[in-house]
Amino acid sequence: MAKRVGMEVSIAAAEAVKQANVDVISAYPITPQTHIVEHLSEIVANGEMDAEFFCVESEHSAMSICIGSEATGARSFTCTSAQGLALMAEMTYIASGLRLPILMIVANRTLSAPLSIWNDHSDAMMIRDCGWVQYFVENGQEVYDHVFISYRLGEDRKVLFPVIINMDGFILSHVIEPIELIEQEKIDQFLPPYQPLHQLHPDKPITMGAFALPAIFAETKKAQEVALRGSMPKILEVWKAFGDMTGRYYQPVETYKAEDAKTLLVTMGSIGETASVAIDKMREQGRSVGLVKIRLWRPFPFEALKQATLHAKNLVVIDRAVSVGGPGGPVASEVKAAIYGEVLRPSIYNFVAGISGRDVAPIDFIKMVDKAEIEIEEGRKDGYEIYGVRE
Amino acid sequence: MTKPESEWTWKELPVGNVILEPGNASSYRTGDWKSFKPILNKELCIHCGLCYIFCPDMAYNLDAEGYFISDLYYCKGCGICSKECPTRAITMVVEEE
Amino acid sequence: MIENLNVFAVRTLTQKEYFAPGHRSCQGCAEALAVRLVCKALGRNIIIAAATGCMEIVSSPLPFTSWRVPWFHCAFENTAAVASGIEVGLKVLMRKGRIPQKKIVTVGMAGDGGTADIGLQALSGALERGHDFIYVCTDNEAYMNTGIQRSSSTPFGASTTTSPAGKTAMGQITWKKNMAAIAAAHNIPYVATACPSYPIDLIQKVKKAADIKGAAYIHILSVCPTGWRSAPDLSIKLGRLAVETGTFPLYEVEHGRYHLSIDFPKLKPIKEYIKLQGRFRHLTEEMIEEIQNRIQREYEVLRERAKRGF
Repeated sequence: MAKRVGMEVSIAAAEAVKQANVDVISAYPITPQTHIVEHLSEIVANGEMDAEFFCVESEHSAMSICIGSEATGARSFTCTSAQGLALMAEMTYIASGLRLPILMIVANRTLSAPLSIWNDHSDAMMIRDCGWVQYFVENGQEVYDHVFISYRLGEDRKVLFPVIINMDGFILSHVIEPIELIEQEKIDQFLPPYQPLHQLHPDKPITMGAFALPAIFAETKKAQEVALRGSMPKILEVWKAFGDMTGRYYQPVETYKAEDAKTLLVTMGSIGETASVAIDKMREQGRSVGLVKIRLWRPFPFEALKQATLHAKNLVVIDRAVSVGGPGGPVASEVKAAIYGEVLRPSIYNFVAGISGRDVAPIDFIKMVDKAEIEIEEGRKDGYEIYGVRE
Repeated sequence: MTKPESEWTWKELPVGNVILEPGNASSYRTGDWKSFKPILNKELCIHCGLCYIFCPDMAYNLDAEGYFISDLYYCKGCGICSKECPTRAITMVVEEE
Repeated sequence: MIENLNVFAVRTLTQKEYFAPGHRSCQGCAEALAVRLVCKALGRNIIIAAATGCMEIVSSPLPFTSWRVPWFHCAFENTAAVASGIEVGLKVLMRKGRIPQKKIVTVGMAGDGGTADIGLQALSGALERGHDFIYVCTDNEAYMNTGIQRSSSTPFGASTTTSPAGKTAMGQITWKKNMAAIAAAHNIPYVATACPSYPIDLIQKVKKAADIKGAAYIHILSVCPTGWRSAPDLSIKLGRLAVETGTFPLYEVEHGRYHLSIDFPKLKPIKEYIKLQGRFRHLTEEMIEEIQNRIQREYEVLRERAKRGF
């Protein structure tokens, strides 16, 4: 029987890395990711896990070590936040181009400047197009579960992509939550040892990382793009298999009281839980509102999002990052792109809220829905603003 | 033999664009870059192998008689072998078109 | 003419080439020769992590490769980190029985830019962590792949496209960074300098590095006719002159103990080396003398160290 234990989410993440029999861990400390690496180093130091642990001299090297070790066929893990992710950004594109199924947990934090250690999604959005499978989880249980899901998925020969688990810094990384731990035998069955398709070894001398002239580069990019999009059925399959094992079924897009709602809040990450409280309050007042939570960010779940939103009149999309000088928040951009081809489509109002850890309470969601409904009613069907800024 | 880059479709590329055939660049002729080619005077050759060991293009091979002979398929005509030959047994001559 | 080179030794070397012909380096490229010799010394049981640069570009235009050994290129500045990853990957997979136990040498290869400039941090990290690998810097003294821009390894006075000799400037105004000394300061078991003009010496050093447990650093001066504005057939001679003039002394640092591979009671005048290279064409007699004096001084220091042993 699975154990339910109260533990800090970062510790749960580290425990999952242990249970996933990871071979190589390489990381550099940065708040709010630190608790994960600290706990992992303890686990390795206590001999509870047979892995190589390296606390290296930069995030760039942390990712580079993972790339090197993964290329030999070793299951590899790293984690970071914000500036650290920015420093390793170059290597995230390369890990994907080389199709190395590394797992990285990003404890999401604001990108400087000004420097801020608090949570938003600006770090994740910076590497939006790096070619990894990327999801945003909502709670500690999802973080723990997705460590196993990610390796099983990424290492599948029909996928072979690195995976990012985005979890909100502090809001998730530093809170204690009840986590249902899965028995090791079940995990071993769900996640067999990694069998690489190609690996660096003198017995079969391959060249990895050749450069491409213009005459062949576009072909390499299309192969990568088709493969990442094409991993969607596998993602659904792995989530289904995981659900069958644990009873926890995950979907690319999840809805809450959304089926008959006129106005839908669209969120990503841990604020979905707060938003659902706001939905309950508004429903009590008889308002026709619901919630759509995006879990899978890449490959973007266009179909699932359409299914969840097209019936509504208004979408209130909440972003946690500013696309400075751009069309609004990055999530809103994606939502707009997803529904643009439809003749009958909802209006969209976009709020950037909760940047750099500023609290977004249920009342804030209610205020945003109020404002959006009025603005759209008055004809501003494509509005965008940063919420709660002092004028 | 590996076909040139312009003939590959995206579906044919191995996952991660790895190259599975070791050293397949050896089909590439660098020999037509040269304007001079090395000629060995076997009478002067002392079989020391300096031409071979100093060749940046791996163009020299040992033949059955024990001479190191330049493979003109690869020789770029740099002239290092001629310059370094201790008995001046190798001369660089203009490559005919 | 050919000091410290046992001519008969050449014939005892393996005929096998692990860096295949058909690579696209310039005529007379001593860096390609250095890579060839390193591979020859190490044989087939190696994995190479390579930096972006000339050697990457000449050897790996998809779908072609000059490599007959496993070879991995990721980026410019992280060669030592990628090599670290390969080394630990092999170690843990062997320990867990997922690949057979066998000695596989991990090699990092980068140019002077990828080592002394942008790759210095990753290299320092890897040397400090003490991975069991060989790091080879093939130093051609500028960013040749991007068009001869200066690096911190470019020698004083050399004209490059970003340290040009102009009406008021005299080329590179800084002294060449001493990478071998920086590597040695990490207290790793083995550091050596080498040059393909001394192929047997180079091969012996690489073999020694492979046998030593822990990190080894080999700095190889690699003459670049394109960037040095020298005749392609002079590449071996120039390497030899670099050594004979004391510009690039050949030595080893084994567990902190210095040893000169070749000592010259009297160095050749630096002028003999400089006059064959277009990059130094603008130098005045005073500048040449300044270079001569500093090289002489530095050579004396090195010789003293070798005498002392540390």
